[in-house]
Amino acid sequence: MKAVDNLLGKVRPAFEKGGKLEKYWPMYDALETFAFVPDHTTKTGAHVRDAIDMKRTMFLVILAMVPALLFGVYNLGYQHFAAMGVDATFLEMALFGFGKLIPLIIVSYGVGLGIEFIFCIKKGHAIYEGFLVSGMLIPLIMPVDVPLWMVGVATAFSVIFVKEVFGGTGMNILNVALTARAFIFFAYPTEMSGNKVWISTTGDRTPVDGYTGETLLGQAVEKGAAFTDVTGQAYASAADSFMASFIGLIPGSIGETSALAILIGAAMLIFTGVASWRIILWGILGGAVMGFIFNLIGPAYFPENLYLQVPWWQQLVMGGFLFGVVFMATDPVSAAQTTRGKVIYGFLIGLLGILIRVVNPAYPEGIMMAILFMNVMAPTVDHYVVQGNINKRLKRFKTVKAA
Amino acid sequence: MEALNIFVKSIFIDNMIFAYFLGMCSYLAVSKTVQTAVGLGFAVIFVLGITVPINYLLENFVLAEGALVWLDPSFATVDLSFLSFIMFIAVIASMVQLVEMIVEKFAPALYGALGIFLPLIAVNCAILGGSLFMQERQYTGIGDATVFGLGSGVGWLLAIVGIAAIREKIRYSNVPAPLRGLGITFIITGLMGIAFMAFMGIEL
Repeated sequence: MKAVDNLLGKVRPAFEKGGKLEKYWPMYDALETFAFVPDHTTKTGAHVRDAIDMKRTMFLVILAMVPALLFGVYNLGYQHFAAMGVDATFLEMALFGFGKLIPLIIVSYGVGLGIEFIFCIKKGHAIYEGFLVSGMLIPLIMPVDVPLWMVGVATAFSVIFVKEVFGGTGMNILNVALTARAFIFFAYPTEMSGNKVWISTTGDRTPVDGYTGETLLGQAVEKGAAFTDVTGQAYASAADSFMASFIGLIPGSIGETSALAILIGAAMLIFTGVASWRIILWGILGGAVMGFIFNLIGPAYFPENLYLQVPWWQQLVMGGFLFGVVFMATDPVSAAQTTRGKVIYGFLIGLLGILIRVVNPAYPEGIMMAILFMNVMAPTVDHYVVQGNINKRLKRFKTVKAA
Repeated sequence: MEALNIFVKSIFIDNMIFAYFLGMCSYLAVSKTVQTAVGLGFAVIFVLGITVPINYLLENFVLAEGALVWLDPSFATVDLSFLSFIMFIAVIASMVQLVEMIVEKFAPALYGALGIFLPLIAVNCAILGGSLFMQERQYTGIGDATVFGLGSGVGWLLAIVGIAAIREKIRYSNVPAPLRGLGITFIITGLMGIAFMAFMGIEL
């Protein structure tokens, strides 16, 4: 650390006011504060005594994502070798997964931070750390073999049009990472949906007989809850398929498969107070309620749509539902801000997520669109919660005055 | 069941703003605060809910080919549909006059806040669009037409209230200078359009 400190100290004058590289101060500042606690103190207004700042908040979120990320890496290899019918060791699977994930992370961070740096230098403010989380989320919600240039284009689109035009970190109305995914989903649908994209089949191995590559969501559209694993073998019981998707050994986007790893992350986020437990809890409740309603009415009224008959507890662990509710819906910028608003917001995300997934034949997974929709509606929810509070107090004030 | 289907569909799936981008002028101009947006939204619901059924009657008993047979069987070949634009607009304009008088009498503050955009509902493309969609989609019965008109209005209200709340929220955001005002509003509209694609493709 001493050497890094010395180096940063040595080049510092060039970046300070009047220096040769004055323009690039935000870049220097970002690197310095990333490595060391900054030495400047608050000069005006309230003095906050805890040293928590945006960088530490963001870092906590990334730490919470690590279980899902590591499991995703392992699952990439596991699915690949299972689909190819090859026996592989743990190390081989992990190496395969890292080989697939690292380029995605490099592209997403490279493009996103590059654009952030340009905007910072142009506008002359310190770089904000908001992209640290978005840049890690984007690879985790991509299918494994998505072309890297698409990730680059989508990242550029969402950083510019969702974040920077609104004034940078903390001002966006939609979740940045999710918009990147929606961009690819609508612009290049073949890379983001269907049966072929969720398991890496590139290379010179060929898949085993019976291989379909369908996610559980895709299977649910056709067969309801009669799930098969990646080689086309049916699961022995409903409990087996539930465990497979709870542990996460199912095909899907890189980080979304393991409910267990995501719940560990959720516990970290709630414990440190970074994410709102209300949104997570009510989101899960909303999904459960919707799934339960579908279970009740499905067999009697809509026997032709087998998706309705997938048990509600299975709905919650399938696909990206938990990942979305834990890591995307809780984004403190684009979520509802008021306490009651968070309850409504979370509940509707869960409800709509399952509703779109089941009812809309165009999307086997609905949580992405549900969160984007509620991001858009969150300010409206907040407005009416605040308005309701004002009216309540006015009424109370009047009764007090009258008495 | 059919009516409910049309209602939900016209709010979310065939939303006037996000699916067809109709009625944009007042949508962009009156969405600075939620309060006025709600007022205009209800005015649009009212006008759509009245003009679509009236125009439905006009269409089916006066304008369409053979619609006049109830007067005399010899009118079976008369086709007045070339008049539909002008008739629809006439109905809409008179209804808007009515709304204007009502709002001025009962909500003078709202009347002042809406300003020129209240009479301009007469030429709001969402209103004429509602009548023309009604003509094109061949709804069966005046009930369906009314429900469609009301649903389209509610969809429009949802859109304008949504964007008004967002614009109130970003009022203190550091938006780049060239984009302030209408520029950022157009971008928000596009992003909201992406979010509303959630419902695209649902068949009820």
